[in-house]
Amino acid sequence: MTRFSVLLFARYAELLGSERVEIDLPASATAAELIDALRRMPGGALLPSHPFLAMNHSQVRSGQQLDPDAELALLPPMAGG
Amino acid sequence: MAFLQRDPLELEPLVHDISAPTNGAVATFAGIVRDHHAGRGVVGLSYSAYEPMAEAICRQIVIEAEQQFDARVGLVHRLGEVAIGEAAVLVAAVAAHRGPAFDAVRWVIDAVKSRVPIWKRERYADGSEAWVDPTAVAGVVPAGIPG
Repeated sequence: MTRFSVLLFARYAELLGSERVEIDLPASATAAELIDALRRMPGGALLPSHPFLAMNHSQVRSGQQLDPDAELALLPPMAGG
Repeated sequence: MAFLQRDPLELEPLVHDISAPTNGAVATFAGIVRDHHAGRGVVGLSYSAYEPMAEAICRQIVIEAEQQFDARVGLVHRLGEVAIGEAAVLVAAVAAHRGPAFDAVRWVIDAVKSRVPIWKRERYADGSEAWVDPTAVAGVVPAGIPG
């Protein structure tokens, strides 16, 4: 198992009660697998099934494999402006 | 210059930074915090961001706009508490002629709204708070941990 660290913001940080969570997954884990694991965490059930996941500041597609050394971040719908 | 700023925003320095004698047009847009949203009275709001990504995306948007419109572009977005009537975002574009200046400003503010990881939490006159969510049916999602 490999440890993935995920930054959370705004409403998602509020739902999971933290601005950063750590999850152990197989090293080959995909974005979809990480999101499934996040949705099983306490408070995670209200996360959408396809939230915006960023890896090193770029959006990741759900089937894409994650780099455990990259900066991962789960982003609620953008609301600037 | 940073694209995100905690202090009140000022239009003049933003325009000054991108001006040149070859320019015949300056177009600007200011997004102002208003006192209502979806029929409710708003008494205050605060912006937060995934700051390193937001800075990077703002820079990218400015580069794309300058290439696309033959204009120079300035952009700054406020973070933290913003009072009613204050600017949340400023966009400026200077170009040789008015067409590209207007077009660049419109394109940049639309790109900021859809691509920059910034979030807005509103406080209402009735004491409740909500996260603004343009994808939600109501446009907002109640803040706080659901019971």
